[in-house]
Amino acid sequence: MACGVGLIWFLILLWPLLGIQPEGLEFGKTFKVFGYIAVAAVFIMFFYQIQEAGHLDAVGDPIKSAQGKFKQAYGNMPRWALLGIVLVAAVIFPLVTDRYAHDVSISVLIYICLGLGLNIVVGLAGLLDLGYIAFYGVGAYTYALMSLHFGMSFWVCLPVAGMTAAIAGSIVGYPTLRMRGDYLAIVTLGFGEIVRLIFNNWMGLTNGPNGILGIPRPDIFGFQLKQLWMLYYVILVIAVFTILSVYRLNFSRIGRAWEAIREDETAAELMGVNTFMLKLLAYAMGATFAGFAGAFFAARMRFVGPESFTFLESAMVLAMVVLGGMGSIPGVILGVLALVALPEVFREFELYRMLVFGGVMTLMMLIRPAGIWPAARVGRRSEEED
Amino acid sequence: MEFFIQQLINGITLGGVYALIALGYTMVYGIIQLINFAHGEFFAAGGYMGVILISFLAAQGLNPYACLGLALVLSMGYCALLAMAVERLAYKPLRNASRLAALLSALGVSIFLQNGLMLTQGVYDKPYPTEITSGGFEWGLVSVSYMQIFIVALTALLLIALNILVFKTRIGKAMRATSQDKVMAALVGINSNRVIATTFAIGAALAAAAGIMVGLYYGSVNYSMGFVPGIKAFAAAVLGGIGNITGALIGGLIIGMVEIFAAGYISGEYKDVFAFIILIGVLYFRPTGIMGENVDDTRV
Repeated sequence: MACGVGLIWFLILLWPLLGIQPEGLEFGKTFKVFGYIAVAAVFIMFFYQIQEAGHLDAVGDPIKSAQGKFKQAYGNMPRWALLGIVLVAAVIFPLVTDRYAHDVSISVLIYICLGLGLNIVVGLAGLLDLGYIAFYGVGAYTYALMSLHFGMSFWVCLPVAGMTAAIAGSIVGYPTLRMRGDYLAIVTLGFGEIVRLIFNNWMGLTNGPNGILGIPRPDIFGFQLKQLWMLYYVILVIAVFTILSVYRLNFSRIGRAWEAIREDETAAELMGVNTFMLKLLAYAMGATFAGFAGAFFAARMRFVGPESFTFLESAMVLAMVVLGGMGSIPGVILGVLALVALPEVFREFELYRMLVFGGVMTLMMLIRPAGIWPAARVGRRSEEED
Repeated sequence: MEFFIQQLINGITLGGVYALIALGYTMVYGIIQLINFAHGEFFAAGGYMGVILISFLAAQGLNPYACLGLALVLSMGYCALLAMAVERLAYKPLRNASRLAALLSALGVSIFLQNGLMLTQGVYDKPYPTEITSGGFEWGLVSVSYMQIFIVALTALLLIALNILVFKTRIGKAMRATSQDKVMAALVGINSNRVIATTFAIGAALAAAAGIMVGLYYGSVNYSMGFVPGIKAFAAAVLGGIGNITGALIGGLIIGMVEIFAAGYISGEYKDVFAFIILIGVLYFRPTGIMGENVDDTRV
């Protein structure tokens, strides 16, 4: 209950900041915000308390047994069949839905690429990267500039965007990787801001804050992909490629080495893992997928500007990875669905999105640090002793 | 030459503000080895609380100087309580968890508070009543506003107060002991939870004072004002040697000077980049900072 006291204290403290405007006392709008926060906080608190006390077992046990039965029934089914069903559903999805659904699903798929890329860095290698969105920006600007200045096709630019992002990742990674874990976080944040400032200020190259307009759409043999559902298939292919690559990486020698570094860097090094090269590789690989996503983003929006690549975007992708479960591929996909699709359902709460993201991040760390769908192989992270 | 002196004065003013914010980072890091991402938000909350209180008190017909003083004290107290609440809710349960968990929790609090401020106080800049400290001295082309004198004097006052608190009082001794060895400090009867809460409170109070100063100096506050100064102040803390109080002061002054001179002589557009470059350079070449990290007597 001690936590409840702290919560009440926090809410009372937020009160003056939320309820008072310099122009005088104005409770209408701000009262609403405070009300939402208070209701959500009290609800979560209440739920958590009764769950702790075991009163939810009456509901939880049947769900668990049903889960077991489900697993029994479908566990015999080969894995490829389940994945096939998901893939077929993803392929026929745009045929049965409208434009709005295409729009949302495209952004879900973009964030899946980003989330899985960040998952390599944060989830597998255990390096907190707070400037990740910079690589997305590098990919986007690469495609924008190459297609506009050299008339290169999307499919040629895509690997190039991945490569430039990987180079950017290595440039950021090289000086930072010798640092202690938490310094790394703040330095990557600094790098992310530097990249954004360059986008914003280098008028000759990026057209500064006005951004670059009129980026060509992707095409296939000269046929322009004009419709949104066509673009959906493009990003679907990229996302499936990303999922497959991250899956293969995860269960390869490299993936095991990353996880070893995450669990205990010193021990990993003693076992003969080249920690420096592998950490650099984690940065480069993570950045590559962000570069792909960025190139697609530029082609889809037909516009890039520096304000798409702020720190809040980095934080949002990180929130998805954390919510879903660091190091777990289905977890990250779930996290993306939860944080991109759900806000679309609750459109009237649009403004509260970032507020909820921040709250969710803290809450997950307090209640379930491994995420909704925890990774199969995750040990207790080694504590860095000073 | 006049330009140089003018920039020097501006640099000291800005550096003092960064030093005040950096102290919070450095003290918290010294005691629990956590980068408190929410620290920048305490700074912003202090700025907002200041403008709210100044307007509110001025509307009650108080003397403007009394308004400013009272608002300063009240917002410092408010932010201290807010920081203690945040520590209690978001950091204390994670004291024995992994560093990544604590860091992400801090980041979540930061995003939450920043967006809370945006939703309730609006996305636009809030103007500060600057008439209180308008005017100044002029020598030729060099001018020093009362505002700058006020900021530097207040910074110096707060630093002296902090020094007395850390080195002359019981709680200060407990803080130094805890930062050196938490287990041994607990064994000799120091309540480490109370010490940590106090550290958070002191850091946030200093940040609140800095928030009001920045509001007065630039004439407005904004919900996202905590972000960039937060990173710069962290850079200052690292530059001075994290965990080191004197180091934070020196680091803050250096970062402030570099920013002002870079804006004046090199490029105004890229002025924010220089602080980040210093941060990266220091971490790469000398991670313990100028003053060193483990100067035992000055470490909190």
